[in-house]
Amino acid sequence: MYVAVKGGERAIGNAHAWLDETRRGDPALPELSVQQVEQQLGLAVDRVMAEGSCHDRGLAALAVKQAKGDLIEAAFLLRAYRTTLARFGTSEPVETGAMRIQRRISATYKDLPGGQVLGPTFDYTHRLLDFALAAEREAVPPAAEAEADPTPMPRVTELLAREGLMRREPADTTEPPDLTREPMRFPTSRAGWLQALARGDEGFLLGLGYSTQRGYGNSHPFAGEIRMGEVTVEFTPPELGFAIELGEITVTECQMVNQFAGSKSEPPQFTRGYGLVFGHGERKAMAMALVDRGLRAEELGEPAEAPAQSQEFVLYHCDNVEATGFVEHLKLPHYVDFQSELEKIRTLRKGGGA
Amino acid sequence: MGVLARATAGQIAARLEHAPALPPHRRLRGPEAGLVMVRGRQGGDGGPFNLGEMTVTRCSVRLEEGGLGHAYVAGRDLRQAELAALLDAALQLPALRGALMAAVVEPLAAMQAAAVATLARKAAATKVEFFTMANMRS
Repeated sequence: MYVAVKGGERAIGNAHAWLDETRRGDPALPELSVQQVEQQLGLAVDRVMAEGSCHDRGLAALAVKQAKGDLIEAAFLLRAYRTTLARFGTSEPVETGAMRIQRRISATYKDLPGGQVLGPTFDYTHRLLDFALAAEREAVPPAAEAEADPTPMPRVTELLAREGLMRREPADTTEPPDLTREPMRFPTSRAGWLQALARGDEGFLLGLGYSTQRGYGNSHPFAGEIRMGEVTVEFTPPELGFAIELGEITVTECQMVNQFAGSKSEPPQFTRGYGLVFGHGERKAMAMALVDRGLRAEELGEPAEAPAQSQEFVLYHCDNVEATGFVEHLKLPHYVDFQSELEKIRTLRKGGGA
Repeated sequence: MGVLARATAGQIAARLEHAPALPPHRRLRGPEAGLVMVRGRQGGDGGPFNLGEMTVTRCSVRLEEGGLGHAYVAGRDLRQAELAALLDAALQLPALRGALMAAVVEPLAAMQAAAVATLARKAAATKVEFFTMANMRS
């Protein structure tokens, strides 16, 4: 129980004014612009869009600035803002097979059509602090260019499926649930949990994904394919009646390839875990794919005993805005609750001493 | 419409300086910002799921001389959406279509294609060329 407590307005007002001052930092230094955040802290912006579940780079950059770089607070701000906007409708599913590739790698095939394209990656950097970045720099030279290869880049999962070695995704045309409109019910469908995972906390999913690799779920994954680039978003306005292009968004997709022992009706084959996130978020997409495969245990007739295989455990706890709300509510006054606990302990101790 | 959705208001306005004047119009709805729920496919090629929302701005206009224009563009740029809706209406006028395509849509499409090609060339420069033991010796 919480008690209304008056008298804090002045303290709160002054605290927020101080927050504003500390956000600005040393006034002798130039102020960070939202455009600078968007351009130069792009992966923070991407993470806030993914976990805020709202694709808008400018808004996410503003949220990062307002939250002083606290990315969970920034995702919260973005989620709150989206509730002020009307929804015009739902897009056609984006076709990641037709993605304009910036990065595409496979850990299962060395030579695959279209090849291994590294893109702008931290992989193979030495993780040594680069003090050149701490100094004023001359203009950065543009990245090298080479003749573009028009070879289409089929999905690795499709290559395996054509050989009959990869379980095909069921052609499911049912309307997917939307957790922003109706609370999630258990058990939920795969469409339901993919939405929750796509906006779930990267750190939580990373830990859970890691747990499946360490034996809590026993999933033996290979990174079949990771691709990042632009996809076109199409939408059919009711007044037009045909699909138009709204623009392009950058997404990261991960297809994990996992063993499947087979069942009475299906031969042994590979199955997939799937990750798709807004922006360039490779760690998140990989973690999401591991957890997606974990959650498919029941569908595939595998024992579901590990945390990453429990829908309720994963989906009730992966949302960092919800988790923050419940953890941080402990800061609110609980004076009366605590008084009653105090009384109880005192009474018990009196009784025990008698 | 895809070309106008990918252009900024500033880019469209700059091209309009080289185009015949657009007919007078009035707003029927918007411009107003809202959301579209973006869908993905389970496993990349299975059934749909809700990935997350994106901001979209829409606008509908009517030309004084008659004719409707509609636009839905990614982001929150009200001016871009109104210009796109106005151009959508004007492009349906046979007298203006050719000139507007040549002065506005085609140059913007060329700019966008060039940007796409640059990105594709940068990606191509990061493609791994594996060499085998045989050609290491050669």
